[in-house]
Amino acid sequence: MIAKRIIPCLDVADGRVKKGVNFVHLTDVGDPVAIASAYQQQGADELVFLDIAATNEHRQTMATMVEKVSAQVFMPLTIGGGISSVADMQRMLRAGADKTAINSAAVADPALIQAGARKFGNQCIVVAIDTAWDATSQTYRVYTHGGRQATDLDAVDWAKHAVALGAGELLVTSMDRDGTKAGFDERLYRLISAAVPVPVIASGGAGRVADFVSVFKNTPVDGALAASVFHYGELTIGDVKQTLRQQGVVVR
Amino acid sequence: MFAIVDYDTGNTRNLQKALTYLNVPTCLTADPQTLAAADAVILPGVGAFAAAMDALRSRQLVDVLQQLGRHGKPLLGICLGMQLLFESSSEYGEHAGLGLLQGRVAALPASPKVKVPQMGWNQNVIRQSNSPFASIDAAFTYFVHSYYAVCPEDEIVATVEHGVTVPSIVQAKNVIGMQFHPEKSGRVGLAQLAAFKEMVSANDFSSN
Repeated sequence: MIAKRIIPCLDVADGRVKKGVNFVHLTDVGDPVAIASAYQQQGADELVFLDIAATNEHRQTMATMVEKVSAQVFMPLTIGGGISSVADMQRMLRAGADKTAINSAAVADPALIQAGARKFGNQCIVVAIDTAWDATSQTYRVYTHGGRQATDLDAVDWAKHAVALGAGELLVTSMDRDGTKAGFDERLYRLISAAVPVPVIASGGAGRVADFVSVFKNTPVDGALAASVFHYGELTIGDVKQTLRQQGVVVR
Repeated sequence: MFAIVDYDTGNTRNLQKALTYLNVPTCLTADPQTLAAADAVILPGVGAFAAAMDALRSRQLVDVLQQLGRHGKPLLGICLGMQLLFESSSEYGEHAGLGLLQGRVAALPASPKVKVPQMGWNQNVIRQSNSPFASIDAAFTYFVHSYYAVCPEDEIVATVEHGVTVPSIVQAKNVIGMQFHPEKSGRVGLAQLAAFKEMVSANDFSSN
């Protein structure tokens, strides 16, 4: 049986990890290779790197970073942030990434999903969806540009459309929960998972070990992503997995 | 020197990086003489079966690989590269493979509980406890595939469950296949590549 995945997410600019990662024994808190190795040791199943600068120049730096990380860390790597063309995807995949995540660019030009999937296979194309509950329309609305721009898209419709175009996985971030540590938005993940046949990764709201148990027990998501709780050492991946295992969730 | 077959099929770099990490010198080549001179040949592969066989054919590599495999050259196929070692595949029509292993490649059956492609970490069960790959028992490795090998039991070294029983390592003497990505399976994956390296340097494939 496929294990549920625990995925730390790292923000990167200029080839350095931002949002100070706070591990004991880590001398350089911004070194992506050292941090990725530490997460590999802890038992992370996959790493997501988000390029938060994402200018052309930064993308080359990002590719160089992916080269370095993939020479030392042997697990699936997903790269997102500012990927807006098939050439951007190719550069990251060639550098050693296994998947590329596209967000605003996919909303602006959904054909990009199809073009990427045709060239590299669906398994390489992750569509990242940022969404928040809209009380007026009683739907989950899609946002782009790091959550700054509202769109007219309904998250469930957009998820279906993205998968129909060839998205092999969806990384769905609840903006309502992001940074709150109030737990994952389980209603959102039940809705999205029921609508698509591809893996769904939950993101936003992880605060306690119980939040991971709950999202895997109560929704069919395939993975859960978190940043700060892992970076600041509030939770370790080992602790999360041990509890999940005790609760009967299959983890690696 | 391990030769990685260069036939334009996706990312071979990560495999090369993993072997470099294990201090195995590698080269990426489609040259028959270089392949014949190598200590071992690795056949990687992502994408579709027929396209990969066409790519091998257009580089005149089908005969070369068949001869090498039949004459004892250690040959490791990974992911689609493993599937190509079998007699045939039903991926988008019926297509002949290299025929170095007995069996065929069939679609993984999808169901609401079983997603296809199988994408993620799955837990291995060893089927041949005397195998140099026995350390894989109960350990997880990383899979990305939609088709799987249907083959005789004596070729199956390890399996995972994904709706059906999926061979994860297969072997007939010097011809070995791994359905998972050892280069993406952390310590466990590296250990399988290291086991292969050991088999090559000891020239011992007698476990199967």
